[in-house]
Amino acid sequence: MENLVYIALFAPFVGSLFAALFGMSERKIFVGIIGSALIGLSFLASAILAYNLYTTGTVVQVRMMDWISAGDLNVGFGFVIDQISVTMMTVVTLVSTIVHIYAIGYMDHDKSFNRFFSYLSAFVFSMMILVMSDNFLGLFIGWEGVGVCSWLLVGFWYHKPDQKREDNPSISPSWAANEAFIMNRIADLGMLIGIFILYWNTGSLQYDVVFAQLPYLSDSVLMWAAIALFIGAMGKSAQFPLHTWLTDAMEGPTPVSALIHAATMVTAGVFLVIRANPLYSMEAVAGVSFFIASLGTFVAFYAASMALVERDLKRIIAYSTLSQLGYMFAAAGLGAYWIALFHLAAHAFFKALLFLGGGNVMHAMHDELDLFKMGGLRKKMRGTWIYMTIASIALAGLPFFAGFYSKDAIIETAFNEGTYVLWGILVLTAGMTAFYSFRQVFLSFHGEERYKALGFDPHEMYKFVLVAMSPLAILAMITGLFMNQYKAFIYKIGESVQYEMSDHTHHLAVWLILLVVFIALSGIALAYFKYARTGEHAFKPDEKTANGFFYKLLINQYYVPVFYENFITKPYMMISEMLWTKVDLKIVDATVDNIARFFYNTGDKTRRMETGNLSNYLNWMALGAVILLVVAAISAMLV
Amino acid sequence: MIGLSHYLVVSAILFSIGLVGVLRRRNLLMLFFATEIMLNAVNIAFAAISHYYNDLTGQMFAFFIIAVAASEVAVGLGILIVLYKKHGSLDLDDLATMRG
Amino acid sequence: MLENFAASLMTIEGFAFYLFSVLTIGLFSVTVMSKNILYAMTSLAAGMVLISGFFFILGADFLGVVQLVVYVGAIMALYSFAMMFFDATRDIKEKNTSNAVVFVLGGMTALVLVLMFAAPIYSESIQALYPMHEGVGNAQDVGMVLFTKYLVPFEVAALMLLVAMIAGIMLAGKKMDDSLTEDMSADDEIMIEKDEK
Repeated sequence: MENLVYIALFAPFVGSLFAALFGMSERKIFVGIIGSALIGLSFLASAILAYNLYTTGTVVQVRMMDWISAGDLNVGFGFVIDQISVTMMTVVTLVSTIVHIYAIGYMDHDKSFNRFFSYLSAFVFSMMILVMSDNFLGLFIGWEGVGVCSWLLVGFWYHKPDQKREDNPSISPSWAANEAFIMNRIADLGMLIGIFILYWNTGSLQYDVVFAQLPYLSDSVLMWAAIALFIGAMGKSAQFPLHTWLTDAMEGPTPVSALIHAATMVTAGVFLVIRANPLYSMEAVAGVSFFIASLGTFVAFYAASMALVERDLKRIIAYSTLSQLGYMFAAAGLGAYWIALFHLAAHAFFKALLFLGGGNVMHAMHDELDLFKMGGLRKKMRGTWIYMTIASIALAGLPFFAGFYSKDAIIETAFNEGTYVLWGILVLTAGMTAFYSFRQVFLSFHGEERYKALGFDPHEMYKFVLVAMSPLAILAMITGLFMNQYKAFIYKIGESVQYEMSDHTHHLAVWLILLVVFIALSGIALAYFKYARTGEHAFKPDEKTANGFFYKLLINQYYVPVFYENFITKPYMMISEMLWTKVDLKIVDATVDNIARFFYNTGDKTRRMETGNLSNYLNWMALGAVILLVVAAISAMLV
Repeated sequence: MIGLSHYLVVSAILFSIGLVGVLRRRNLLMLFFATEIMLNAVNIAFAAISHYYNDLTGQMFAFFIIAVAASEVAVGLGILIVLYKKHGSLDLDDLATMRG
Repeated sequence: MLENFAASLMTIEGFAFYLFSVLTIGLFSVTVMSKNILYAMTSLAAGMVLISGFFFILGADFLGVVQLVVYVGAIMALYSFAMMFFDATRDIKEKNTSNAVVFVLGGMTALVLVLMFAAPIYSESIQALYPMHEGVGNAQDVGMVLFTKYLVPFEVAALMLLVAMIAGIMLAGKKMDDSLTEDMSADDEIMIEKDEK
């Protein structure tokens, strides 16, 4: 068992190092193949571990080595394979494997092919550390590792120049990468504080030790720890107000968006809340948990509203990711941790599929992402169309697809908890989700073939890429069917993750489901009538709508990025500039410069002593002797 | 009564006279003379200390200083003669060739 | 102070001390200030003789004799011989260092040293390493110490003197036939004239 753990963890690392060896050379196809194979190996190991855990129910805990031993602090480099981490491991490695194979085709023409695989595998390694670690410090290391890899990958095309915000809301890959990194840094401070609070009060960083101590801690300690940890989760999972980086991160290559900004890294925040579920289940932090649920609900609605009007294919999917993360937090905040985790897994499958399909479209359209320039692509790209439709159905939550089970469970939870406002918003958001996801499908694959006028010649993606995507499509369809098995599996952890609907909800469940499905279907129908028809009813971009107040508000993301720029970035810039010109240049630099100048001038002046004339030297010597004598006389006097 | 201080003061004055010579003169031969004065001034101090502390060590040092002075004069004068042959002058201003 | 001075003048030792002091200071001043090398050297030699006087007052008879023999006898003789190579009668023309600098530096040194030495020395921890013996002549005492405790330095000094002697001969002795003072070209002209004859 232990060896499997190490294989699952270190295979991506080996792949990353291997690809790094060829980082500077031109595209080598075997780098991609070996990288994918190693991730596949890691998936295999994870799957075996998962199966083993499912059948025997024994949690594997390994301690690789002592890591930090200083005073009372004793942190081991240890890993725990329980139901939560094994779910994450399987999901992460499965999606990673598919994305790696996909990237071989997608990054085909990129000259930094090898470098890309090095980063991608390094990301998987960091993610594995994050989910497998059995203590908060290891989690934090993985947390930072995925942050760095995300920065490297979002800014992968760092050479692209900055654009105006009106032309491209993300400005440039390097800008977006920095934004993502800096925002996460702000949140990570919160997370660190949370970890410190827990360490100070429990004297350990080990999950089981910390959680065992929780009942003995005071209410305020618990509350502050919960808040601080959640701030960290907010940054990584892009919750309001730290959400702007996620849509801008779409500047990275599409496989990156699929892997990092849809399936895995952004769910780390949800994972953290689920991992720390004993803390968030405490009576004392009920307020914080409810806040998490409310914020999640708000973000679900908020992001979905922006997705309604967006024209950029990838940004729509990014908004939907944001929205679905909101759902997960809503579930986690309401105490339904296993539902959140289940939605996390289901979402990873269909969202990765959606992104990869979007990548196919982007590839076909030569990096054009404006939906208004597409339309009718299904004739050229049948495979991609089918995949995208499957993923969108799953996302919209139509019956028997993955999203139906997991999302409905969340909505049901909100009803069950009696938080009817949250429930109402979530139901409404489900309708919006259906609308925008099918709006995007219809705009790109149905309707008039607008691309022809613009001179595009779309072509389908490589066969092997489509084949590689098929597991995701299958999973997007069938994941939901295993909900009860999964429930039984995860219930073995203990009481803290168990969550059952009350009988009352159970009776109403059918009606609730019907309501949600009805709303989703009407969203789809609306999208169909507006965007999918051809001929005289064909969709045309409408000036009047585009100038409307709400449209402007939504397309500008509620002016939040502008607000950040004007009220945070610019004042910060001004303060920095002032400190630079006033403090740094005038005080710090000037001090250093003057010290150097003093020595330089002294040298310059005393250079004239070197006349080559012995008599002058003798004069100087006499002067020195006099000074020494005076010093001696004075010191003799003082003594 | 003449005390140790009297001798030391005389010695200091003589030493300073020698120093003035070293500082003032540019002729190498005169510099040698000034150096001799300084050496002798120190010898007086040694002899005086030797006398007043009733210790022969001071005199020993004076002997060795005389020996050193004699060697110095022998070698120094040789060098002076060579210099004079080469430059035709013993003035330090004329001999300053290494300008920094 | 003045009374003390007058009283000490009355003793032979005091009188000799003050006489020698005034004379040496004066003579050495002449040495340092004179433009003429011959004057300077003469006054230097006279000063050396008077310094040996100090040694005799201080009871260092042997040192006084050595001073006379070595300085006045050997060193001054060396100087006078060396001077024969140069033009000794001619006044030295040199750009003396400005008197202000000399006065300040020399004066400062003198002042500080005098102040330091004039102050009474309280040092009772000083103990004689090689004390003089009552009723034994100074030369005998010196001999005892010099040939026991200071034997090695003494031998080294002897070797050093030998080396210096050889070096002096080698340095000065080369091309002794050439005159240093007369114009070389004049000699050449004479030679040429001889050849023409």
